[in-house]
Order: sequence, then C-alpha cells, then structure tokens
Amino acid sequence: MSTRRNALVGLAWLTPTLAFVGFFVLWPMVHLVWLSFTSTSLLGGGQWIGLENYRTAFGDPKFWAAFKFTLLYTVVITPLLMGLGLALALLVSPNTPLRRLTRSVVFLPVVIGLASSSLLWFWLFDQQVGLFNQLLVDLGVIDAPVVWFRRAETGLAAVIISVTWKVVGFGMILIMAGIQSIGTDLFEAARIDGASRSLQVRRIILPLAARSLVMATVISVIGSMLAFDQFYLMTGGGPRGKTFTSVYWIYQSGFVRFDLGYSAALSVILMVVIMAMTVLQLRLQSRRRR
Amino acid sequence: MSVATLALPPKPLARQARGWLMAAICIAIITLMLMPLVMSFLASFRPLAETSAVPPTYLPSALSLENYQKVANYQQGVWTYVRNSTVVAGLTIVLCLALSVPAGFALARFPVPGKEIWFVLILASMMIPYQALLVPIYLMFAKLGLTGNHFGLAILHTILQLPFSVYLMRNSFESVPKELEEAARVDGASTAFQLRRVFIPLALPGMVTVALFAFITSWNEFIGALILMNTESAFTVPIMLTGVVSGDFGSVDWGALQASVVVSMLPCLLVYLALQRYYVSGLLAGAVK
Repeated sequence: MSTRRNALVGLAWLTPTLAFVGFFVLWPMVHLVWLSFTSTSLLGGGQWIGLENYRTAFGDPKFWAAFKFTLLYTVVITPLLMGLGLALALLVSPNTPLRRLTRSVVFLPVVIGLASSSLLWFWLFDQQVGLFNQLLVDLGVIDAPVVWFRRAETGLAAVIISVTWKVVGFGMILIMAGIQSIGTDLFEAARIDGASRSLQVRRIILPLAARSLVMATVISVIGSMLAFDQFYLMTGGGPRGKTFTSVYWIYQSGFVRFDLGYSAALSVILMVVIMAMTVLQLRLQSRRRR
Repeated sequence: MSVATLALPPKPLARQARGWLMAAICIAIITLMLMPLVMSFLASFRPLAETSAVPPTYLPSALSLENYQKVANYQQGVWTYVRNSTVVAGLTIVLCLALSVPAGFALARFPVPGKEIWFVLILASMMIPYQALLVPIYLMFAKLGLTGNHFGLAILHTILQLPFSVYLMRNSFESVPKELEEAARVDGASTAFQLRRVFIPLALPGMVTVALFAFITSWNEFIGALILMNTESAFTVPIMLTGVVSGDFGSVDWGALQASVVVSMLPCLLVYLALQRYYVSGLLAGAVK
C-alpha cells in the first residue's frame, strides 16, 4: 500500500473536523472583525463605519469600568484560588484513604455548573432566608444578616466566596499532579538527611511543582477574565452597573442594547487580550516539555 | 503500620499528634465543602410553608416533595428543560465523537501532508474565547435557522469541546502498539475495519473521557444557551434557572429555586461519581499537554 494512498485516506478522515473548524471557528472570527467596523444592529441593517466602534469603546467609561472590575476580580480571586489550591494539594497528595476522600470531595463542586452553584450561593447569601448569613449570626461573627448584594464590594466578596468553593478543587488537582510526579526517592533522601516537612516543601516541592502552579494560575486567570455567569446570576451587574465584567458588557451591548457592531469591537479587544494570555500559557507548557 | 517500627523520625509521639491534626483538618474541610450541597438538598425537600421562613431553620421539620411538584409545573415544566438539556448534551457527545475519532485517528496514524499544521490549527481554536464569537455565530445561526434549535446549541458546545477531544483522541490512538496495526494490515484488513476492530476497542477509555467532558460542558454551558435559545420551550436547564431567580413566580420562590438547583446539579454529580477516574485523568491530560 503506497504512502500516497495512505496520505489521502488520512486526509479524508481529517476533513470533517477541518471543515467544522473552518466553518464554525475561523469564518466567524473573520466575520467578527468585519462586524466590528460596522454599525450592525440586532434589529437589522448597519453599514461600514470604520474605526468608530473602537473610538467609542476606548472613550466609553462603562467599557473601562467593566474592564477594571474584571481585572479587580481576577487580581483578588487568583491568589486566593492558588494559595488554597496549593495548601490543599499539599494536604491531599499522600495516598491515604482519608486524604483521597478529601480530594474527591473538594473536587466535587468543579463538575457542577457555574449557574447552579451561583444560584445555590445566591440563596445562602440571602439576607432573609440565607443559611450562610444565619450561620455567621449564630457564630457571632456578625450581629445582623448582611445584605450582600446591596453594595458592589460585598457583592464581589459573595461572588468570590461562591466561586472559590466551586473551583478551588481544579487548582488543587493540577498542583497535586505536579507534586505527585516528584520521585519518592527525593523525599526519602530528604528524610534520611533529617529535613523537616517545611524544609521539604520549600526546597523540593515548590521548585519542582512550580510549573504546574504557574499553569494552574494562567488557566485560572483566563477563566476569571471571561467571568460572566456568576455575575449575571448573582449581582445582575448591580448595584448601578458597578459589577459588570467585560463579557457581561459584550452581552449587554450586543444582546440587550442590540448594538452588535459595538459588541463585536469589544469582543475583538477581549479576544486579543485572551489570545496574548494563551500564548503565554503555551510558552510555559512548551518549556515544561523540555 | 505501627509507629514503633519506624526507625525515623525520633519523635513518634509528635508524629502521631501531627497525624491526628491532619485527619482533623481533612474532616473539617470535607464538612465545609459538603455543607452547601447538603443544605441545598435538604432545603429542596422542605414543606412549602417552610421555604421562606425568616429566620431560616437549618434542617427541614418534615420532608416533602411539594417544591418538586411546583417546578414540575413551572412554565413548560422542569422535565421539558431536562429533556432539552439531555438532547443537546447527547447531540454534543455524538458530534464530538464523530469528529474527533476520525481526526485523532488520522493525526496519529497517517502520513497526512501538513499534519502538524492541521493539528495546531485545530488546537489554536482553543485560544479563541467562544464568548467573543457569539455575535457572528448568532448572526450565522439566525440565517441558518439554528437559533432556538437544539442542534444549533450542540454545534456551539462542540466548538467549545472539539480541540480538547481531538487532542485526547490523537493521544489515545498513538498509544496503540504498532505491532497490532501491522498484524491487522498483514491480514489485509481495510482501514475502516482496522479502526473499528483494532483501534476503537483500545481507544475506548479516551472516547469515554471525550463523551464525559462533552456532557458536563454542554449540560452546564450558560451564555451561549442564553443567547441562542430564544423560545421558552427550547430553554435548557441553566436558562430555566434564570427564570426561577428573576422572580417569574412573583418574588423569588426559594423552594422552587432549591428544587431546580438540585435537578441541575444531580446529573453532573452522578456522572462524576461514576466516572471519576476518567474525569481526573482527562483534566490533567488537557491542562498538561
């Protein structure tokens, strides 16, 4: 059987996927860029307006507010997720039954939907019927139930608590895999040399698991920069539009205000930011391979 | 293993104390993480009169199915939405497998010209956040009649899941031993026959992982369904949730909210508990490529 024939057979197997990616990813991407130069409306119509949408975007205080709020969310939640993820990974990396169980339970919320977990916590945080508030009151942490979603700061805190509960297991698993890939002989040697656990963590685990930690960080940052569900369902962008994220603002511009052209321009900006981050991620990964 | 048999370290008592402390921490964490889930399950079985009690009680005084009966009749009935979500997730699984199995096979086993370029191209679509593509995709789907359509939403979910699926299938097919393929070839089997009889049985774990991730992604996906599913009868479960919380019942009906949240979580939890091994290995494969 000739190589030439094999090449053709292989190409035939590959064609459906290539066609799918071309039609549903690459073409929409080109179309998106084109749309961003038009005044296309969801109600129909629209014409070429050049860079007008981008000019509007960069002069739009709401765009900047949403972008800054997304950054704030990312900057606050990332260290929290990675710090807790690392602590949990250190705790659960030994393969004893109790630690395996802890691992599985911490990971459990990762598989449920962000919409489900957001609404679950929306209830827990409620000032009247919420059990989280009630628990804090009963424990004497607060005197009276807090109205979490009245202020942007407490609303953000509530979202961060709920998302941390939901995704902390993801970072934990990635970092744990990094720790577990370290050979046991290294720990044996350290123990025989009388190195304390904290010394082992600092001198063996952290340097050798650093890459998986960085990887988890980049994935988590990208996820946070694309936050939408949790804010849409828990704060609704409120109070007074203070908790709109970048994706929320894209949604709002395109599908609530019908300004698809403007929404497309915002999407292009977001896409460039995220692609830059992904390139960073891929570079870190390829360094890992070497 | 008793502590006394260990030559090292020199302080067995301190070591034992440390062991107990770690066990206590583990149990505390388990309790903390499970509490919201357990509370939500219990709250969903409260009698109607208790669902909006102020201040709330931690445990229901009696168990009842009233909240579930209520959501069963909510709008189109919760089972309509569960069925919609199941159909979309099922189509997503079929599309992901139908595309990624042949593509992975070709990339792993055939001397396709420009193979690396195609592979990178497929993976590169992972770099583009699908949230940014929703405007052109909405317009395209509107033209093709795919808005408010289960198949359309499944296509969107496949866009999300395809790069990971192709990557995983390529790895699965690459790990099949060369000797097996050669044996099949010597026997004069066609490539389709080889794929069916030799490769697919061996790549089955990979396919289970692809299907599992496709299911979880599709079942939970929110913003795409919010934009594309514009008729109530086509809503998926996450979109139904927005209706419950935005107060289609008047004010927020907490009991209905609990019951629908449980309905939305349960399939994912069950599938995960049944296929945990595949999930974790898939997750690591996806992140550490």
